[in-house]
Amino acid sequence: MKFNVNDIRKDFPILSREVNGKTLVYLDNGATSQKPQIVIDAITGYYSNDNSNIHRGVHTLSQVATTAYEEGRKKIQAWINAEHSEEVIFTKGTTDGINMISNAWGRANLQKDDEVIITEMEHHSNIVPWQMICEEKGATLKVIPVNDSGELLMEEYKKLLSSKTKMVALVQISNTLGTINPVKEIIALAHEVGAKVLVDGAQQVAHAAPNVREIDADFYVFGLHKMFGPTGVGILYGKKALLEEMPPYQGGGDMIKEVTFEKTTYNELPHKLEAGTPNISAGIATAAAVDYINSLNWDEIHVHEQELLDYATAQLKKIDGLKIVGEATKKASVISFVVEGVHAYDIGVIVDKMGVAVRTGHHCTQPLMNRFGIQGTVRASFAFYNTKEEVDLLIVALKRAINMLS
Amino acid sequence: MTINERQDGIIEEFEMFEDWMDKYEYLISLGKELPLIKETKKTSENIIKGCQSRVWLAADLEKSKVHYTADSDAIITKGIISLMIRILTDSSPKEIMETELYFIDKVGLKEHLSPTRSNGLVSMVKQMKMYAIAYSSKV
Repeated sequence: MKFNVNDIRKDFPILSREVNGKTLVYLDNGATSQKPQIVIDAITGYYSNDNSNIHRGVHTLSQVATTAYEEGRKKIQAWINAEHSEEVIFTKGTTDGINMISNAWGRANLQKDDEVIITEMEHHSNIVPWQMICEEKGATLKVIPVNDSGELLMEEYKKLLSSKTKMVALVQISNTLGTINPVKEIIALAHEVGAKVLVDGAQQVAHAAPNVREIDADFYVFGLHKMFGPTGVGILYGKKALLEEMPPYQGGGDMIKEVTFEKTTYNELPHKLEAGTPNISAGIATAAAVDYINSLNWDEIHVHEQELLDYATAQLKKIDGLKIVGEATKKASVISFVVEGVHAYDIGVIVDKMGVAVRTGHHCTQPLMNRFGIQGTVRASFAFYNTKEEVDLLIVALKRAINMLS
Repeated sequence: MTINERQDGIIEEFEMFEDWMDKYEYLISLGKELPLIKETKKTSENIIKGCQSRVWLAADLEKSKVHYTADSDAIITKGIISLMIRILTDSSPKEIMETELYFIDKVGLKEHLSPTRSNGLVSMVKQMKMYAIAYSSKV
């Protein structure tokens, strides 16, 4: 089906609301995306018709809910090109997935003097969990630096790799800079020294389906809320052999085979890693989100997003004193910028008054801010439902804000 | 002038503004006025870190009254700080401790003092009261 942005916008009820008396211009998609009606209906439909706890229930409702929930898993499996459905673990979100690996895999596999490599552009949620486990195990955290354009220095990465490297954890698309990292190449190099790789796909999933087998990721994590699905649910993909040998992360219901006071045996994958009642409605709405994504023409969306990025970048560069932070050659539709003499927070407050939602601050990447010698940026992040007209409204609001503030 | 008289004065000032532009232009102009704190007091001890903007706050006891000085790197935050200081400074610790800052709501700036804003203002108000509590034992 031909991509028409004005038709697509009708799928998202929130996009027609007003904010501060103006039509909403939502440019904070990097924080969370909006939801199409089909996802909203899946959530209300579950609570209205099928609400029941899943797995092991013999009654009809439980079976209906279980089937719908497991359908979400299968759809994700196909979407990310995983070999087995049990390689798809439901989590609370990206952060939860990283913590599961740093805790369960890290505790079992990291030893004193081992090394974990991350990058200078990681979100705090892909820094802190590794710092915690490295501290506990006496392992060392190494960091791949970025250049002035916000690209990883691959030569530096190669120098960091050694037989001590046990894990490389990195982001596929930087939430702050928009940089698209060459994960396939990075993974291949890590595998040469026997290290495992975790990819933080939080931003990737809004722009393209991750192909976990093509890039050969060992672990791949993301949340559904940035890919037009509900909050509170995410996915951890892991290669089956790695997940099977990994001890459970949390103990509780659903993850056991047999419990006695002397010893507990654990359930099979994926349930071994899914203790407790999950976010059932969100799991069910996951299927709807994937269905929605699959109904779109992604070749045309890529062209549209690139046009938005190019157009917004060109318009922003015309503003005096404005500097774009992150100008990687390969970039997603995320633009961070600073304006000389004007604080990001002030810009965010004023443009909001004109209906424009952007994010301001350090974007949970303080080490990256330090790298660029700044306190924070204004970030406009675009989804496929954004338009060139919205870029124009951003520019108008921005000029007015700068005028008021300088 | 009592603290509440000062709050009422600010509420009256804000009633004249017709739209958000006027209000924010006023805040920005307040923010642009002379620095509110001596550079020597912008120390790491006096910094209140928010996620979005940084605030510096210092307080001295002068003739049994608490004298506040503060600053921020964000100008709108600074404008709001300037209002806070105008209301609370040079009052007795007891009066500051007992004050309820109702003007924020009345002038429509509540959003800036929501804990989720993380611009340092909520912590600043808390810290201003803490100084008053600390100084109350010295008067």
